[in-house]
Amino acid sequence: MKKFVTAMLAGAALSLAFSAAAEAKDKTIAVSWKTFQEERWKTDEAAIKAVVEAAGNKYVSTDAQLSAAKQLTDIEGLVTQGVDVILVVAYDNNAILPAFQAAADAGVKMISYDVLVEDPNALYITFDNVGVGRLMAKEILKAKPEGNYAFIKGDKGDPNATFLFNGITEVLKESIDSGKIKNVCETFTDGWKPDAAQKNMEQCLTSVDNKVDAVVSENDGMAGGVVAALEAQGLSGTVPVSGQDGDLAAINRVALGTQTVSIWKDSRALGKAAAEAANQIAEGGALADIPGVGKFSDGPNKVEVNAVLLTPTPITKETLNLVIDAGWISKEKACAGVAAGSVPACG
Amino acid sequence: MLKATQDRRVPREDQLAAVDSTPQPQGAGTIEEGALTRFLRATEIDVRMLGMLAALIIIWVGFHLVGIARTGTGVFLTPRNLSLILIQTSSIAVMTTGMVLVIVMRHIDLSVGSILGFTAVTVGVLQVFWLAPAMGIGHPMIWIIALLFAIGLGAAIGAFHGALIAYAGIPSFIVTLGGLIVWRGASWWVIRGETVAPMDRNFKLIGGGISGTTVGAIGDTASWILAILICIAIVAGVYYGRVQRSRFTFKQRPMWAEIFLAAVGCGLVLGVTWLVNSYYWPKGVVDRYAAEHGITVPPEGLQIAFGYSVPVLIALAVGVGMTFLATRTAFGRYVYAIGGNPEAALLAGINTKRITLMVFSLMGALAAISACISSARLDSATNALGQFDELYVIAAAVIGGTSLAGGLGTIYGAMLGALVMQSLQSGMTLLNFESAVKDMVVGSVLVFAVWVDQVYRRRLK
Repeated sequence: MKKFVTAMLAGAALSLAFSAAAEAKDKTIAVSWKTFQEERWKTDEAAIKAVVEAAGNKYVSTDAQLSAAKQLTDIEGLVTQGVDVILVVAYDNNAILPAFQAAADAGVKMISYDVLVEDPNALYITFDNVGVGRLMAKEILKAKPEGNYAFIKGDKGDPNATFLFNGITEVLKESIDSGKIKNVCETFTDGWKPDAAQKNMEQCLTSVDNKVDAVVSENDGMAGGVVAALEAQGLSGTVPVSGQDGDLAAINRVALGTQTVSIWKDSRALGKAAAEAANQIAEGGALADIPGVGKFSDGPNKVEVNAVLLTPTPITKETLNLVIDAGWISKEKACAGVAAGSVPACG
Repeated sequence: MLKATQDRRVPREDQLAAVDSTPQPQGAGTIEEGALTRFLRATEIDVRMLGMLAALIIIWVGFHLVGIARTGTGVFLTPRNLSLILIQTSSIAVMTTGMVLVIVMRHIDLSVGSILGFTAVTVGVLQVFWLAPAMGIGHPMIWIIALLFAIGLGAAIGAFHGALIAYAGIPSFIVTLGGLIVWRGASWWVIRGETVAPMDRNFKLIGGGISGTTVGAIGDTASWILAILICIAIVAGVYYGRVQRSRFTFKQRPMWAEIFLAAVGCGLVLGVTWLVNSYYWPKGVVDRYAAEHGITVPPEGLQIAFGYSVPVLIALAVGVGMTFLATRTAFGRYVYAIGGNPEAALLAGINTKRITLMVFSLMGALAAISACISSARLDSATNALGQFDELYVIAAAVIGGTSLAGGLGTIYGAMLGALVMQSLQSGMTLLNFESAVKDMVVGSVLVFAVWVDQVYRRRLK
């Protein structure tokens, strides 16, 4: 089952990467993390380390501790050590550019991991963020093809909130233009805070006298606030709500039926894909030969880079088994309070 | 309402300050007094509070009219929206009562939002991962243990801050700035960024939410009884005030002023009660309730009133309790004395260090009560809960007339300030204002309110 997930996420050509990786010997793969204070990066690291070491290569890492200057020094140090490939989770994607240039000059291959660095020589590996918005909208549209839609967007200062919204409107545009879907509320949420989202949703429900048929919330935390607001009006479970991140509480809500979908980005799949690409590049493989690679030029400066964009997974009642089988959440936590027989994965 | 129950023996804090600086220029006014001035003097109404009430009414009516102009129907002045605003204000209102005392003592507490977050997360973990498995999900004791634990934890954190400020001599700005960062980190550390949900079903009622068909509100009958009790208390308070004044041969208020005050106070209480009793259960919940109790819903729908919701009652109780503490106890008088002149207070034999520690501990306990309200309302605890709340709490206190120079500030003023801020934000969300505009308006109102207050105080001198 685990294989199935990764296959879905990383594409069918994975086996190719495996064989390429198996030939690699005595190469050093480095990762420059922007911080190690967030739990998620530890998950990524475990995945990367496992793949790198399985191929007989050496894994080293540095922690920039949320400092652009330290990250520059870190990368210089890694280049001096003579590593073969550096994966960079950039803290400041503009300030880091000179380091990418210097590394390329020294013959070290660079991969920007999760955060885009617009260097034409580097490979960019991430989840398709516009795609997350599209997936959310598709799932909600499936549940409620017409009616009044409310949009709870993330923080106005975070470009991701707008990227997501672009993906959402792309899918819904046709229905909005034809009048099937009406945008009744649309609001940014300070700091992506769940309690702020709850207040915004309460005001939205008041302003249209509860005539809301579906809510597109840009992440799971805010979806929690939205569901609380709906519940206070006796509407939870009848109004579809979206989210993303695969938050444990959100997965439980999906099982309970109060949230429709949580778009899940499995950071282990991302780490695995990146590490396999790194093994391949270290062996002298060309960027164009990486499985699933394409051209990406939607960054702020429109620089064209080689990119691998993984497709995230929508977790709904029907696909709940994916997160449980992958060990992301225990069955007890996912299915807490679920009536027997209502969700296949909960039994 | 709160004012009328105050003891007239002790001059109110604002009057105290006025006496401190210059005597009231009563004799100087041989110029004809206007009817308004005479009226204000007779009723002893705080003009600043009157101004704030006026501002509140202007905001409410304004939003309602703009709503009508934009969409044809105004939704602001509806029982539903106003009830919602009261609930949304309660968390900030509870904390701001403590912030008044902190600021009055010439300190500041920047850590309240983080204490709120940390307490909420800890209490969430306690009830969801510890108490529920041990005692069984939904055990009636869970919410009580959780609430008491929260208050204890908040008070302990506050006392720790207070000790560092009072005994180690570190400025409160620094201690609580550190606390702001430390406790936010700690709340992440407790659950590693996870969200704890759902809360215990009884605990959830603290936030005014709905668990199945149990609503976190007391219903219309209990609300009316409560309103009548409060009215009786107001009349009794006015009467007691008269008795006390004659006992100490203080100048009495004219009889018409007393009656006027009692009538307005009772009118307000009954009005608000009517308002919250006109907000009915949403259809979904009524249907669920009817199905559970075997009632057939008539075609025109069942109308079950919410009445006062639990968080609003908590905020009101805290407001009354804190007003009592600030105006009627030695502790409260010491706080204002220290704020007015720390050296003089020390020389007068007040243990300023102990009072400082107690005030910060009280602040922590209040932040913990707000933590319970917020997490119960959201039905989950996340480590982002309460972020930036410190700014709103301080802003509410300042809008409510608390002076950052110390010594001045009232509990009811700060609570009204919180209501003004929440009304502004809710109103703008209701009208789909862009959030950048919302931020600009709220920030400007803060500065404007303080400026008006300054002008007023200067004219008073």
